[in-house]
Amino acid sequence: MFENIGEMVLLFWRTLLALPLAWRQRQKIFDQFFEIGNASLLMVCILSFFIGGVLSLQIGPFMADKGLVGYLGGIVGYAHARELAPIMMAILIAGRIGSAMAAEIGSMRVYQEIDALRTMNINPIHYLVLPRLVAIALALPMLVVFSILVGWFGGAVVAAVNSHIGVSYQGFFADLRNVVEIKDVVNGVFKSFCFAIIIGIVSCHQGLVTIGGPRGIGRSVTKAVVNSIVLIVIFDYILTRILLK
Amino acid sequence: MNAANNHSGVSLQVRGLRKSFDGQEVLKGIDFEVRAGEIFVIMGPSGSGKSVLLKHLIGLEIPDAGEIRIDGEPVQSEEIAAKYRTAMVFQSGALLNSLTVGENVGLYLAEHRLKSPEEIRKTVSEKLADVGLADTADKMPAELSGGMKKRVAIARALVIEPQLILYDEPTSELDPISSVVVGAEISKLQERTHVTSLVVSHDRDLAFGIADRIAVIAEGRILKIGTPDEIKNFNDPLVQKFLNAEFKHHTK
Repeated sequence: MFENIGEMVLLFWRTLLALPLAWRQRQKIFDQFFEIGNASLLMVCILSFFIGGVLSLQIGPFMADKGLVGYLGGIVGYAHARELAPIMMAILIAGRIGSAMAAEIGSMRVYQEIDALRTMNINPIHYLVLPRLVAIALALPMLVVFSILVGWFGGAVVAAVNSHIGVSYQGFFADLRNVVEIKDVVNGVFKSFCFAIIIGIVSCHQGLVTIGGPRGIGRSVTKAVVNSIVLIVIFDYILTRILLK
Repeated sequence: MNAANNHSGVSLQVRGLRKSFDGQEVLKGIDFEVRAGEIFVIMGPSGSGKSVLLKHLIGLEIPDAGEIRIDGEPVQSEEIAAKYRTAMVFQSGALLNSLTVGENVGLYLAEHRLKSPEEIRKTVSEKLADVGLADTADKMPAELSGGMKKRVAIARALVIEPQLILYDEPTSELDPISSVVVGAEISKLQERTHVTSLVVSHDRDLAFGIADRIAVIAEGRILKIGTPDEIKNFNDPLVQKFLNAEFKHHTK
């Protein structure tokens, strides 16, 4: 993975240089954006609801025993907005969308479609990488905002329904409003933007360097997902350190 | 891109082209010249370096040594696609599977914004009609047979109004009738537009059927260049072995 970091940085730089062409590629960006949203929205909804719920379930009874249950909404809201929503959604999207990107571009590489683009003087970075990177960089932060809201709701439902916790909806959200600030949500959204860039670049790079037929495509897909997740976790720590200051 | 408005072909000169992969020399000093407007077939067995040679000519590979000249002007391998209207018909067709046939054929014009969408539709229809596939514009590549895919790939090449078309094994994986149809398309195209055509193939029937001149390549070297008759009469064991290879009936 790390031996390809230089190539990935170069790919990112070349894609950045191509950003002025994004308007020309708007139809492809929209198509990719729609595909990411369409493919992920239901899963984001289910995953986020249960992450919020399980967080309440794990912490709620313990806090109730200590007489601190009034702070549950704040803790669940803060943890979900700053950490759980961005990283869980990034991992979900790496598996769902990063793998699809690597497979599609990888198969285009193996079946000489990318060579055909080059012979037509069409730059594969402009045609394939730019629309995917812009689309995922727009879609993942939006999905994370959605995930944060659904996760809070899931936490509130479990807190209200579970008899060991017994915090009302009003009580949960009142504490959440006291603790969670808008900058916490922005923090999570910014992280997800960085994770989106990682998923897009790693997956497109793996696709572009695919060799060796169907087995090579499978290898690229696996590497795209695994490398994305490893880099997401590493960058999560780095970003958290930077953003905590 | 040059701004010429017709297909009139260019000449191509290759001198001392060498290429190695992982220490194995695949091209061992290739020299040949393709005259403007002719059909030049490079014929040889599998693994003789034909496809690697073609990739150099279209700018997808950079040679270790040697030079490529187009109309006498030396060009770097990576400049070729940008400087000359060259098109390649890939062995598999290499149509973009996510696009319709019409979108594939019009891709060059659409991406380079050379025509309006209406003009692109008209050009696509014309080029598909040229290869006998007028009603396929809305189909997906997966719905086409192997021969139809190759003809669509030829139509896509024609949209560029190329000065040089390279064909990589245009009849591989095709039945004899489809092979003849594709070969006829290559000949008709050359007669109509005088484009320079370089065909790489191991299909002897195709080579002797359409070529103005043939080069025989084996083990990374050009063994002989000549007209089809000169090649047939060339008395070299490797060439004769390739030209006369056939199944033998084993009797019990």
